[in-house]
Amino acid sequence: MKLFRIRGGIHPEYRKEMTAGKAIEPLPMPALLHLPLQQHIGAPAVPVVAAGDRVRKGQLLARARGEISAPVHASTSGRIVDILPFAAPHPSGLAQPTILLEPDGLDEWTDLPPPLDPFSVPREEIARRVAECGVVGMGGGTFPSAVKLDLGRKFPIDVLVINGAECEPYLTCDDRLMRECTAEVVDGVRIMARALGVERIVIAIEKNKPEALAAMAAESAAFAEVEVVPLPTRYPMGSERHLVTALTGRETPARKLTADIGVVVHNIATARAVHHAVRLGRPLISRVVTVSGRAVREQKNLDVRLGTLVSQLIEHCGGLVEPPVHYLSGGPMMGQAMPGREVPVVKGTSGILALTAAEAHERDTMPCIRCGSCVTACPCGLVPVEMAQMIRHEKLDAAARIGLLDCLNCGSCAYVCPAHIPLVQYFNYGKGRLAALQRDRRKQEMTKRLAEQRAERVERLDRERKAKMAAAKKAAAEKQEGGA
Amino acid sequence: MQEYVLLIIGTALVNNVVLVKFLGLCPFMGVSSKVDSAVGMGSATTFVLTLSAVMAWMLETWVLQPLGIGYLRILTFILAIAAVVQFTEMAIRKMSPMLYQSLGIFLPLITTNCAVLGVALLNAQSGNGLFASMLYGFGSALGFTLILVMFAGLRERLALAEVPSPFAGAPLGFVTAGILSLAFMGFSGLSVK
Amino acid sequence: MLIAIGSLTLLGALLGAVLGVAARYLRVEGNPIEAEVEALLPGSQCGQCGFAGCKPAAAALVKGEAPPTLCPPGGRAVAMAIAEKLGVSVSFGDQEELEPEVAFVNEDLCIGCTRCLKECSTDAIVGAAKQIHTVIAEVCHACGKCAKVCPTDCIEMRAVPATLATWHWKKPRVKVAS
Repeated sequence: MKLFRIRGGIHPEYRKEMTAGKAIEPLPMPALLHLPLQQHIGAPAVPVVAAGDRVRKGQLLARARGEISAPVHASTSGRIVDILPFAAPHPSGLAQPTILLEPDGLDEWTDLPPPLDPFSVPREEIARRVAECGVVGMGGGTFPSAVKLDLGRKFPIDVLVINGAECEPYLTCDDRLMRECTAEVVDGVRIMARALGVERIVIAIEKNKPEALAAMAAESAAFAEVEVVPLPTRYPMGSERHLVTALTGRETPARKLTADIGVVVHNIATARAVHHAVRLGRPLISRVVTVSGRAVREQKNLDVRLGTLVSQLIEHCGGLVEPPVHYLSGGPMMGQAMPGREVPVVKGTSGILALTAAEAHERDTMPCIRCGSCVTACPCGLVPVEMAQMIRHEKLDAAARIGLLDCLNCGSCAYVCPAHIPLVQYFNYGKGRLAALQRDRRKQEMTKRLAEQRAERVERLDRERKAKMAAAKKAAAEKQEGGA
Repeated sequence: MQEYVLLIIGTALVNNVVLVKFLGLCPFMGVSSKVDSAVGMGSATTFVLTLSAVMAWMLETWVLQPLGIGYLRILTFILAIAAVVQFTEMAIRKMSPMLYQSLGIFLPLITTNCAVLGVALLNAQSGNGLFASMLYGFGSALGFTLILVMFAGLRERLALAEVPSPFAGAPLGFVTAGILSLAFMGFSGLSVK
Repeated sequence: MLIAIGSLTLLGALLGAVLGVAARYLRVEGNPIEAEVEALLPGSQCGQCGFAGCKPAAAALVKGEAPPTLCPPGGRAVAMAIAEKLGVSVSFGDQEELEPEVAFVNEDLCIGCTRCLKECSTDAIVGAAKQIHTVIAEVCHACGKCAKVCPTDCIEMRAVPATLATWHWKKPRVKVAS
């Protein structure tokens, strides 16, 4: 298959060899599970259980609220201890409502919904099942998958792309899944294609995973509609938009979806979760997590129940050899720093990295020499140096005009910057500040509207009161007159 | 015709009021922090300069020369310029309050812009005709606007740059102006034939 | 000598007359910018800026007698909008993080006097006579007028804690190595 060129990008040190050869092993049952109500993009789920309830594995704990949301299920059987705010795996370290589940060790399944035959039921049925099972994008985006499987009704979709690029350094969870659970992944992919009503499936895998490529090609050889495509190894090949451009030559317009150009992209782990949901009726209650970084004694790929604390994962990997400078959730390029080890693994946690100072390789910032490396590296064709300078001077609107909101935070620019300018941090700040300003503006408008409405009402009531008084006076005067 | 084209090029580029004759430096430094206001200031000055050049020619040929009161030249010119500026100010206030606000004190100060008086006086000495005088004023104003907008654009970008603190702000502005001036010296080598 | 005086007088009178006529035709009523600036302000007339209401505040802003950051309930969004309208620069130097606030009614002390209800310009307080009042946090814009009139001092302004939805990264503090 002919591939199209994408702009920019970098070749970081991949460091995947630490875990690429390690088979997925299950993590022993932890003593307590912490299940946040929001493990996805959209509205937080609403709890349907209370403290003290006994639940079984796979039972619904919190239901989805609204269109864009996802339910949360029990990762094992046990007792609900409490629902309280607990630190989220988020750089802010802020707490969010979390269900505490104490496993009883029985690990007994609840009554699961019956398996579906995806190729005989109506298409909507598949999306409904996927929504029920709480499947979200497991590459880190955590967008509810059912919504994306329903896009076929709104947009003319002709290609389903399965993102097996795994372009982030360190991470090997998708690689292992493709090698070990090949049949499940391919079946999940075909189910998703059926839900979307597309005839063509492209499974794209970077060439640095030859075993995964071979396994997937062998497994999907039986299906004519599935094509396995080796991708050149380049970061950020796994970015949805860039992947679509590389495969189809179509470019996604700014602030539009890939569905607008007829393509839907799903992740490898999501495909497997869809397979479990549809074929077995199992909700999403566990995921494969790569635990890596040189600060960990033994790097591993683990099958982890959602809600397990990061500290337990690290303990299972033999603990630390030296104190890490960062704990990251996800890859080193786009992953989020975590406030510590006492945060739960959620649906979007693809990796847990404990990086040593030598690995993180942080250096002091030096003055910009205007070399333009960041411009060459930017896969979106932006001018990072200019945007960062504008943000530094609080000219956020100007930065937005030259494309701040089109930046996907891939970090390529900061990676190549010889002056080590924290470009991505500037963009993070700029985007956050712009969003905050937007919220402020909305609130301001509301305040204004309310104040105006109130002023109007007060005036009207005043007028009415005066009119009433005048009428009463008049009536009294008439009465008096009548009396006299 | 060629004569007139050359007059415009000559006044706008070769004998640029700001960078070659060093007239009108206060608005050049004062209203050049934003391109928008620089464009506004440039257009206002263009209007005033062209009109006052015409009025100066009329006063010179029809009043000062016949009556033999050449010693009153500066006084009458300033009177005429002040009136034109006053008129411009009123017009801008009516048409664009935002521009009026952003130009602030520099709008009435066009009266004391030495470029305006300077062009009127140079014009009177050169013995140009009415149309040539108008073009002379217009060409000079064009040069002034060009430089002002260019410089404002440069300063907008410089404002984002990391500049060593002794150079930040006006000093860097002056250095930039100097380099611009050097560049414009290059036009003095233009030859027509 | 007479010619000089006469010609100058004539010139002055002539130009004066032209300007006089022009002034008639080009007259501007009031200051249109003031109205535009007032439209940017919240319009709740809370008086926290030190002026009697949003209109005098707008007048002071246009005259340059008040900084664009004068409006505490408006926060950064209003300050930036004003600064852009007036073409001035705005610095948040000392108030780097203008923490949003919200009024909070201490229910142990509230006597249900309804004075705060009457004062609130966005109807953010609900309650009735002899009933405990409460604040609708999303609607409150933290003008603080209710706290001033409360006879039992049961209303206080509390900072709104950041949530996962509103939190964002701080600006990187760069120390440039030389």
